[in-house]
Amino acid sequence: MVAIRHEQHRFELAPEQSVLDGLLGNGVAVPHACRTGVCQTCLMRAVEGAPPSAAQKDLRPALILRNYFLACVCHPTEDLTVALPSADANTLPATVRALRPLNDEIMQIALEVHGPWDYRPGQFLNLFKDSVVARSYSIASVPGDDSHIHLHVRRLPEGRMSGWIHGQLTVGATLSVRGPAGDCFYVPGSPEQPLLLIGTGSGLAPLYGIVRDALRQGHAGSIRLFHGSRDPRGLYLTGELRDLAAAYPQFDYVPCVSGAAAPAGHAAGRAHDVALTEQADLKGWRVFLCGHPEMVQQAQMRAYLAGANLADIHADAFTVRSSSS
Amino acid sequence: MTDQTQATPNASLFEQLGGEAAVNAAVDIFYRKVIADARINTFFFGVDMKQQAAKQKAFLTMAFGGPHHYTGLDMRKGHAKLVALGLNDRHFDIVLDHLGGTLRELGVAEGLVAQVIAIAESTRTDVLGR
Repeated sequence: MVAIRHEQHRFELAPEQSVLDGLLGNGVAVPHACRTGVCQTCLMRAVEGAPPSAAQKDLRPALILRNYFLACVCHPTEDLTVALPSADANTLPATVRALRPLNDEIMQIALEVHGPWDYRPGQFLNLFKDSVVARSYSIASVPGDDSHIHLHVRRLPEGRMSGWIHGQLTVGATLSVRGPAGDCFYVPGSPEQPLLLIGTGSGLAPLYGIVRDALRQGHAGSIRLFHGSRDPRGLYLTGELRDLAAAYPQFDYVPCVSGAAAPAGHAAGRAHDVALTEQADLKGWRVFLCGHPEMVQQAQMRAYLAGANLADIHADAFTVRSSSS
Repeated sequence: MTDQTQATPNASLFEQLGGEAAVNAAVDIFYRKVIADARINTFFFGVDMKQQAAKQKAFLTMAFGGPHHYTGLDMRKGHAKLVALGLNDRHFDIVLDHLGGTLRELGVAEGLVAQVIAIAESTRTDVLGR
């Protein structure tokens, strides 16, 4: 039986129990969200013992070397003494400089991060409301184009974080951010490579950043963005995106409506169905998929079958933390 | 702990097929065939695709006679959950068909195809947990 030590706690993990579940069960309030090893909210550090490398997937090399791990997928094979991240995990204070509703359910937050913070549009960060409640959000802003970090937060029913952001957060408040993380960003070096971007809901956030980043870096190949929602009111930034499409012939924007009749200028159907039908051959394409986990999983498989290389498919599923956890 | 990699079990076959480059070309074709086939693809759903492609690569390396880490026990444990979900001889046969199809698409001579299929066939009892 593997033993876990944290501050004054010492307990044994039940078989199949993750470090996160063990800590939560012993009353330690570890920030967490997706429980699938993706969002990195539950990042912790092993100060004694080595975490299994399966619990370090997608962490930066510097963090891996310092025995950081993701608690929700950590099933250690040896005893560990663990701690919440220290300063070397790149957590910085950030001040809210603006709050702007983008539609009925999505709020844009503009953050000024206090400290050196290098990111690529499309990566994500962990936003901490306090030491316990944190969620990960993708970055929609482009350094150079935007003076602050932009996040798009969708209000979820009973969302602990999104409800607070939509209802109580004010300009001037200070939060903490950690990151950036993730590989969902524009990779320069192949300016003629066609890009396909498919998003649902607030999945537009990283894609909006990636499109502008690509254009800013002189990307000449085709850039096709499909953003979908059940009804037109779920879409947003439509004016900005149509302007961008008018200004850049290589960029094409297709808003998609799946539930109701599609108004003029919108495609009918789910974003990934529309996209993968219109672009049936994806050999040589780079593909970005952001939003609903089912859409991302299905689209990843179909994009691969359509000829895209797995390494060229960036799948960023926006998991929602269940309210019971 | 000793390195459990087997010295290339069938170096001659692996070399004749084209080594790692051949494995990489084969994975692209084989994995797509497998996930496009509705008779077997449910066994491949819900798993991280990049991780799974890595597993296919390891499997093909072994089937091509190349260096690998697999033991019979690994194959048993690795497929136990799928067997519990109904993985059977028919599914195994279909996967072998796709393996053969992949090799023929790559222009591999029938004699070599037969050798690869024989190696893959030798894992049947372990994969199906018998």
